[in-house]
Amino acid sequence: MWSCLTGLASLENWIQPDPESVPVRTRDPNEFIAMPASNSLLSMRGITKAFPGVVANDSIDFEIAEGNIHALLGENGAGKSTLVKIIYGYYSADAGTIYWQGEPAKISSPAHARQMGIGMVFQHFSLFEAMTVRENIELAVTSRKKGVELSDEIRSVSDAYGLELDPDRDVFSLSVGERQRVEIVRCLLQSPKLLIMDEPTSVLTPQEADKLFTVLRRLADQGCAVLYISHKLEEIRVLCHHATILRQGKVVTQCDPTQVDTKELAELMIGRSLKPPTAKAKKTGQVVFSVRNLCRAAESERNISLKDISFDVRTGEVFGIAGVAGNGQTELLGMLSGEVLADQDSAVSIDNVDCGRAGVQARRDLGLASVPEERLGHGVVGNMSLTENVFLSGHEKYGLSKNLLMHFSNARSYSQKICDEFDVRHSGIHVDASSLSGGNLQKFLMGREILQYPAVMIASQPTWGIDAGSQAAIHQSLLDLAENGAAVIVISQDLDELMALCDRISVMFAGQLSESYSVSSLTAQSIGLLMGGAQVELNQDVGNAN
Amino acid sequence: MPIRLVARQTHSRLMTWLTPIIALVLSLIAGCVVFSLLGYPPLKSLYTFFLAPISDLYGVSELFIKAAPLAMIAVGLSMGFRANVWNIGAEGQLTIGAIVGSALPVYFPESDNALMLPAMLVLGVLGGMAWASIPAFLKTKMNTNEILTSLLLVYVAVLVLSTLVHGPWRDPGGYNFPESVVFQDAAVIPGILSGTRLHGGTIIALLVVLSVWLLFSRTVAGFQVRVAGLAPNAARYTGIHFNRVIWYVLLGAGGLAGLAGIIEVAGPIGQLQPIISPGYGFSAIIVAFLGRLHPIGILFASLVLALSYLGGEFVQIKMGLPLGIAGVFQGMLLFFLLASDLLINYRVEWRTSRKFDRARTD
Repeated sequence: MWSCLTGLASLENWIQPDPESVPVRTRDPNEFIAMPASNSLLSMRGITKAFPGVVANDSIDFEIAEGNIHALLGENGAGKSTLVKIIYGYYSADAGTIYWQGEPAKISSPAHARQMGIGMVFQHFSLFEAMTVRENIELAVTSRKKGVELSDEIRSVSDAYGLELDPDRDVFSLSVGERQRVEIVRCLLQSPKLLIMDEPTSVLTPQEADKLFTVLRRLADQGCAVLYISHKLEEIRVLCHHATILRQGKVVTQCDPTQVDTKELAELMIGRSLKPPTAKAKKTGQVVFSVRNLCRAAESERNISLKDISFDVRTGEVFGIAGVAGNGQTELLGMLSGEVLADQDSAVSIDNVDCGRAGVQARRDLGLASVPEERLGHGVVGNMSLTENVFLSGHEKYGLSKNLLMHFSNARSYSQKICDEFDVRHSGIHVDASSLSGGNLQKFLMGREILQYPAVMIASQPTWGIDAGSQAAIHQSLLDLAENGAAVIVISQDLDELMALCDRISVMFAGQLSESYSVSSLTAQSIGLLMGGAQVELNQDVGNAN
Repeated sequence: MPIRLVARQTHSRLMTWLTPIIALVLSLIAGCVVFSLLGYPPLKSLYTFFLAPISDLYGVSELFIKAAPLAMIAVGLSMGFRANVWNIGAEGQLTIGAIVGSALPVYFPESDNALMLPAMLVLGVLGGMAWASIPAFLKTKMNTNEILTSLLLVYVAVLVLSTLVHGPWRDPGGYNFPESVVFQDAAVIPGILSGTRLHGGTIIALLVVLSVWLLFSRTVAGFQVRVAGLAPNAARYTGIHFNRVIWYVLLGAGGLAGLAGIIEVAGPIGQLQPIISPGYGFSAIIVAFLGRLHPIGILFASLVLALSYLGGEFVQIKMGLPLGIAGVFQGMLLFFLLASDLLINYRVEWRTSRKFDRARTD
């Protein structure tokens, strides 16, 4: 039901017949001065777009040539999405001119953009889960072909580009990588000249990402330009011919990413030198958090059932749980934090106290803290102030409530302390939490939990979708926490993050947790294999660190 | 398109409090239209409806008498509405509260014990809670929709009352009217202003509203109810038990509705009758929303709705309009309120963005 609704909402991008979608030719007085180069497919001059309170794009010049894979690189909030949405006709620019194949063009709507030959694969897929692949494509593509004919066309396109896809499968049974293929094929059916990919690898295993790169390279060889948005520097260096780096709405520089090293790219992107998180000498102690034979049957076919999960974490240790999203991580976090109770009390124990049947509050009292993946709505209440949000966890521990009454003065000083110590930028602790940016909100959440000095800290996707500066700060705070003797568990899809933080890593696949491997024995490729479920081979390759 | 709705980045606090006033003004305008269509002079009718009833002290005291049960029930309901528990059966909880509380004077008509009245009030609260516990039990145990169960139980409650006053509880000396005995003095809430019907129940209502305000803004339980309504996942994260919240808010609302019920029969009415409420339990839903689910807002909103009852009676007596006009006004008020609530999350833009672009680039 819900997924159906989100599908509907995002499908607006697709189905939007616009009677005025005829390109409007406007003569720009500067046209003869700033004519784009001859092989240029898309060229933008002086694009400016302001939103209330922020200039998202500030006179941006940008060019992409036919057959090129062009990276658009920048932190969150640098203006990448705005620029891309202008190209895709979703926004119209306040000022500036767009040239399409050398001609000034006005892209009035996504439908118009597709008609011109611009396709886009969004980060969040717009697919109806209850429908088949063909039905999903049929809905969105204005093609005369229907039914079997369309199925044949889907097969031929997906074969041509090495995108294996069965048109008759139901979408909900597809993996994330396969769903992305549906989106790509949907674009390819309209034979685009420019394909925009928004953070396509954020949901893929390294192997799936490699497959995607092959497809994109093949597309580029055939003359289709690819605009590739990402903040993963390594893959940009591997894949892209050109890179445009945005910072605070402006183009910082254009470069050839193969000629620049990752560190330099990162510094161009965030505008200052980046201090990698540092872990001092670690002293790991006794086991403080242990999970034994944790099982849980899935409630519906959309849930993942957890199968016999066991692991231990010691004091001072950072334990990583890798895996592609949707392999049971969310379900696991719920059972570890106590939001969902286990069948056996012995399934979870903190400091040798069994608490599998104990609720959230009881586990907090034993020293557990958790930061869920979803910030707004799960970790904090968006429509409540920062001060009220500190009551969500640990209000008893911090003297925030006494005799069932809430002590607002204590809460105010506590939230002020969080904001000061964790550099949360805000316009007052009385403002709604939803007004904070993702990075600041996450720092607030982390601070709220860390300042309770937990013995065990579980953080899920701690730096998902936040800027590099906040990311470094959060990584450092997790390492500091471990150094002070806490057991830290990081659940993440981001391998770089796990490799940088963790001592040991296990991989979650289809509701099962692999053996744990010490980080030094692992490479991104071997974790990738595990993420795809190839457990047996790896045991022979890498060996078990425990 | 000359008008567009544009989503606001955050909801507008100003609009949260402005839309009730917008709704009120729109209802007045629509009211003018209704009166003219019915063939009555609109402005004179509006005057008779809204101003004439409160032009003297007696009228104002009647306004408070009617506002008291509305405010009490509405703050109870607002707790539930904040937690997304939709109890719309306050009318039934009111009725059962009145019945249970009345059992004392019905069975002990001679008693002049000083504890009579307090005991009646307590029984009233318990009666309302008991009636509300049925939807609470069904929702927590069987996941039944509380909107349906609480609403249907209203009709059951009214029939229970009817059975009692037509049967076992009928006053033997009451000339066969379907009414209970007239309560003895010890079972009647004393008046507080001579020359009017204003009684102690109004003060109780005011105290109830203020304590709910404190409960909501200052206690952990009130906080949990708000979190449960705003963000169910965050509530789970905090360790709030949803079933407990459902019980809290249903018992709270039921208890307050029951209290309002017993105050009605022990106050202005003075005995059990087949009809003891002109739909306070339902109008309180409008009061709760008009008052933005906030206790202080509810105090003002209850006066507005009380006025609609008084005005309805006035235009019936003075101009011969049907009593249903009060319901029409209440309905319009809720309708316009819900419609204008759109402005909290959206703003109206008069020019299209395309025009805007052209203005900028030309």
